[in-house]
Amino acid sequence: MIEVEDVYFTYPNGVEALKGVSLEIQDSEFVAIMGQNGAGKTTLVKHINGLLKPTKGRVSVDDTETTKMSVATLARKVGFVFQNPDHQLFSETVEEEISFGLRNFGFEEKVIKERVDWALNLLDLTEYRGVSPFMLSGGERKRVALASVLAWDPKVVILDEPTIGQDSQQKERLRQFITQLNRQEKTVIIVTHDIEFVAECRPRVVLMAQGKMLAEGEATKILTDPDLVSQASVVLPEIAQIFLKLADLGFPKEVIDVYEAGRLLLERFGEAT
Amino acid sequence: MAIIEAKGLTYTYPIGARPAFEDVTIKIEKGEFILLTGPSGCGKTTLCRCFNGLIPHFYGGRLEGGITVAGLKVADNPIYELAQHVGMVFQNPENQLFALSVEKDIAFGLENLGVPREEIREKVDWALKTTGIDDLRDRPPYELSGGQQQRVAIASVLAMQPEIIVFDEPTSFLDPLGAKQIFAVIHNLNRDLGITVILVEHRLDLTAKYANRVVIMEKGRVVLDDEPQKALSSEEARLIGVGIPKATRLYEYLRANGISLSKIPLGSEEAYQAIREVLAA
Repeated sequence: MIEVEDVYFTYPNGVEALKGVSLEIQDSEFVAIMGQNGAGKTTLVKHINGLLKPTKGRVSVDDTETTKMSVATLARKVGFVFQNPDHQLFSETVEEEISFGLRNFGFEEKVIKERVDWALNLLDLTEYRGVSPFMLSGGERKRVALASVLAWDPKVVILDEPTIGQDSQQKERLRQFITQLNRQEKTVIIVTHDIEFVAECRPRVVLMAQGKMLAEGEATKILTDPDLVSQASVVLPEIAQIFLKLADLGFPKEVIDVYEAGRLLLERFGEAT
Repeated sequence: MAIIEAKGLTYTYPIGARPAFEDVTIKIEKGEFILLTGPSGCGKTTLCRCFNGLIPHFYGGRLEGGITVAGLKVADNPIYELAQHVGMVFQNPENQLFALSVEKDIAFGLENLGVPREEIREKVDWALKTTGIDDLRDRPPYELSGGQQQRVAIASVLAMQPEIIVFDEPTSFLDPLGAKQIFAVIHNLNRDLGITVILVEHRLDLTAKYANRVVIMEKGRVVLDDEPQKALSSEEARLIGVGIPKATRLYEYLRANGISLSKIPLGSEEAYQAIREVLAA
């Protein structure tokens, strides 16, 4: 379990990025953190893997405060995939890149090979095994960065903007893959601006604005509230926009899914004919 | 005359085993808004690198076939010449910004072209306002968030007022409201100033409604080149796995169940209007 208790954080340059954030995330939860650029989303998740320590307040992972754990212990537990893969990649081949973390954590060579094969396959990267990460497209490099973290099997996976540069099939794979991680009792936290991806996955949504938590709850509830989302510089998903306008005809407002939308409309058309 | 014309264009990177794209023939007229999409790694970004001569002049490799941009043969004209006609806004703004203040970053390209000081000031002011970052003028770009940085990158290209601007997933790092605003800016540049826009995107929900043409690439080839409604409701687009807009998918779901809307919607507003029409009938 992750507990964030009244956390404040001020960067050395004086920017107050977090101003009293409290949040609890249970094991095997899927949480999406959304909000304006500069709202403190990335700063918040960097506290969960100990990259940052609170200026005030507490962050605990499995009942231990992050200030009382070594970076290595915490990294093994909480994997972090950065927004920009170029901040993370440095090896000469994709295979070496994925092996790097595993070697650092002292896995046996045999296990390393298995884990690398597994991760390559999972993220559809097998054909690039021997290729330099820098020859790949942005979306592909992003998957290499993800593979290299998943390979050591952390309990909590934090993905900062995982859908950037990903096409729709890869997003669908990512979605299935997050479901699979949740089933294995892993916690998945994403920081994202991708409103349509969130509408498809329907995680618990945490909305942030100006260093504070604005609201949190089910995606269907949060993402269909036009006032709330606009305060966080988020926009309504496309389907929610349609149903907000249809509300005066007696349709429910809380709809973000294409198929649910389709069913509701068919019911109405059925009544009419 | 077409502003961009490629015929049988094939390109292989210096250490590439196979071509990044192959036998691409495409014609883009002045003032068009082209949405270029396709699975990750399909060659769309590489193709765009030919438009301002980064390929072949910077990347090297082997370029076969012909490509002309703004009347200039890409193979025979240097990047600085082509860059006056074609602006590029990339996915990751960090790779594009370097100056100590936002204002200086935006002025840099104009200073390089020897534009008079007063004109630079006007263009920089206009670009800052158009992208909504007037208040960031004196800030160092490296202190800004990803989304703010991308606006600076867009502003620095806008300031040059090129005839063609290529946007390669320009809003990936922006919050949804910021993204919406930037797409509206791009739309205005196209509609009001007649700038030819080539937008590389996966997120078609936000963008399809602005385009007059959708070009879909797959495995290095152009596989579909049509008006947005036709392209995005086609069987090919579905099979390739292009991110069909939710409004278009809703249309298809209804059609499969015997309800036909009067037109294929690309966005929520169009879908709403069409649904309303059927309900009123």
